[in-house]
Amino acid sequence: MTKEELLSSVRSNLANREKMDYPAIPDYKKPGTDLKAVFEINAKIAAVDFYDVASVAEAQEIMRKKLPDTKVTCSATPEWRGNKDIHVQKPADLNDVDLGIFRAEFGVAEMGMVWVTEKSLVTNSLGYLSQHLAVLLDPEDLTENMHTAYKRVDFPHSHYGCFVMGPSATADISAVLVHGAQGARTLTLFFLKKPVS
Amino acid sequence: MGKVNVEDNARKFIKQDDIHEAQHDKNLYNTIIKRSKVSSEIPEWEELRNLASQIKEHTLTHLDHYIDQFATKAEENGITVHFAKDADEHNAIVFDILNSHGAKRIIKSKSMLQEECGMTPFLEERGIDVLETDLGERIQQLSDERPSHIVMPAIQKTTEDIAKLFADKIGTDPNDDDPHSLAEAMRNNARPKFLVADAGMTGANFAVAETGTFVVCTNEGNADLTASIPPLHIASIGIEKILPKVEDLGVFIRLLSRSALGTPATQYTSHFSGPREGSEMHIVLTDNGRSKRLSMDKFWHSLKCIRCGACMNTCPVYRRSGGLSYGATYSGPIGIILDPTFDEDTYSELPFHSSLCGSCTEICPVHINISDQIIEWRKVMMEKKKTPFGRRLAFAAADRLLGSATAFKMMEKTTYNMLNILPKSLLENSTLDPWVEDRELPDVKKETFRDWYKKNRKNND
Repeated sequence: MTKEELLSSVRSNLANREKMDYPAIPDYKKPGTDLKAVFEINAKIAAVDFYDVASVAEAQEIMRKKLPDTKVTCSATPEWRGNKDIHVQKPADLNDVDLGIFRAEFGVAEMGMVWVTEKSLVTNSLGYLSQHLAVLLDPEDLTENMHTAYKRVDFPHSHYGCFVMGPSATADISAVLVHGAQGARTLTLFFLKKPVS
Repeated sequence: MGKVNVEDNARKFIKQDDIHEAQHDKNLYNTIIKRSKVSSEIPEWEELRNLASQIKEHTLTHLDHYIDQFATKAEENGITVHFAKDADEHNAIVFDILNSHGAKRIIKSKSMLQEECGMTPFLEERGIDVLETDLGERIQQLSDERPSHIVMPAIQKTTEDIAKLFADKIGTDPNDDDPHSLAEAMRNNARPKFLVADAGMTGANFAVAETGTFVVCTNEGNADLTASIPPLHIASIGIEKILPKVEDLGVFIRLLSRSALGTPATQYTSHFSGPREGSEMHIVLTDNGRSKRLSMDKFWHSLKCIRCGACMNTCPVYRRSGGLSYGATYSGPIGIILDPTFDEDTYSELPFHSSLCGSCTEICPVHINISDQIIEWRKVMMEKKKTPFGRRLAFAAADRLLGSATAFKMMEKTTYNMLNILPKSLLENSTLDPWVEDRELPDVKKETFRDWYKKNRKNND
């Protein structure tokens, strides 16, 4: 059917329906919230491992200890050099990545989740084909809740954007929680200031 | 399709052994406990529910405007938008797009709309290989069964069932019934298929008119894999999924997973506003009876549903009968009020598969009056004579008895006397009433309440 046919079907079925008003939506900010403390509580629920670090080298050292078998590393941020170039011919070429690295654009304290787009991932499949993820987040780049978070996103300028809350998870087999369903098996988050550009 | 005999189906689920029903009940009840805990941590929880309901009612009563705005914006962002009147049109459009790209191997994330349209069997009959990537959906696909729950499609199965299924279908060790290794086996089975797929298909939890964006929530990240690898992404979106503004998402994302699974959010909340560089994106905006439902005074509120499944988790009847017993795309309380809008004959018995306890209405995050609608559907089925003669006869008799004080009084005494005389085999006869099966009547009291009251409350005090 055409758009006009759909619209006219909707209109005729709405003919006798009273129109309802659009409500005002508060942002439910709570004064004095320690954003980082709240973020950490919720990140933990989502199975995120997090660390305060002063440099990329420090973060790399933690990852080396945590995942000593890592061979292929691929980074979407120039701050952290991987051994595989992120500019691949096709997205599936990132299938061999053991550790994917990116810098999140901001974090949401209420959920312990981070916001990424095609700008922060460069090749979107990095976020999902990588066996493990290391994510950098500036502790200054935290917002309080989903209401304040949606004020910061830039649709439709970013064609893709995702709130990533933790590693891939499923409870589809007898409600038992398993991490590493289809995407990343672990997610390690490093609080690290953005480099001065 | 014949009439669904929901009581028979429920009986089969309950009586198969001592394990399935008990485990199903326990797992779903646990999500209710978790949901109670996480919702109580949000002081504005009840306000959010009111807002969500108001936003949905506003959008639905202005739906023509928002459909137009959504389609226009999505097109501006480089998405091709198609419009489908019903399931057949939806499937034909999807097949056309796939066919024109020579796409033979499809990966898909969970979409209740695509289930509703019977899309997967339609495509498979035309030689297209369709892989469900959500673990629960994949389990159901391999079992040749529909999802039994909106959010947890295979929750009716035990780990042993799945171990047996995977051993049979993907060659795992039948004695390995560790959920971790079973999930790992499916990960390794699915991964190569992600890499070579010609197209990815998703549904949408929400669509934003203001920006032409659609949102998909998953815990596995399978929608993101589906969208980030193949060169073609097709999303099936029901017209009732549209919201006016980006800021509305703040309300709905806070409610969705807390209501569904008792977690703060899904691990991935993914937003698509346009095609990935070097790829194509299509949206099939589908009506399939939704616009007609807008005109149904008693039932249009069901269009507010965000498919969280909380009503199923809380429903004492659903928890014991299992989702497959409803024989429909949508099961549980929400299924009872959605399914008859598609087919009043096939699903005529569903409205009677409820104790009318009202727990579904209490828990619904968008304030759908589910239990009231179940009663309304019972009326429809009685008036249109869709239910068996015996039930109509019983209800007609009840109507006469309860409508007259004298008749009621007579019935009361007669029933009291009969209870002492009639054999148990008749009173607890499940052929006459399946709901008494496995139940026992309490002992009959020495006198009726009326007689007791007359004796003890002489002055009506």
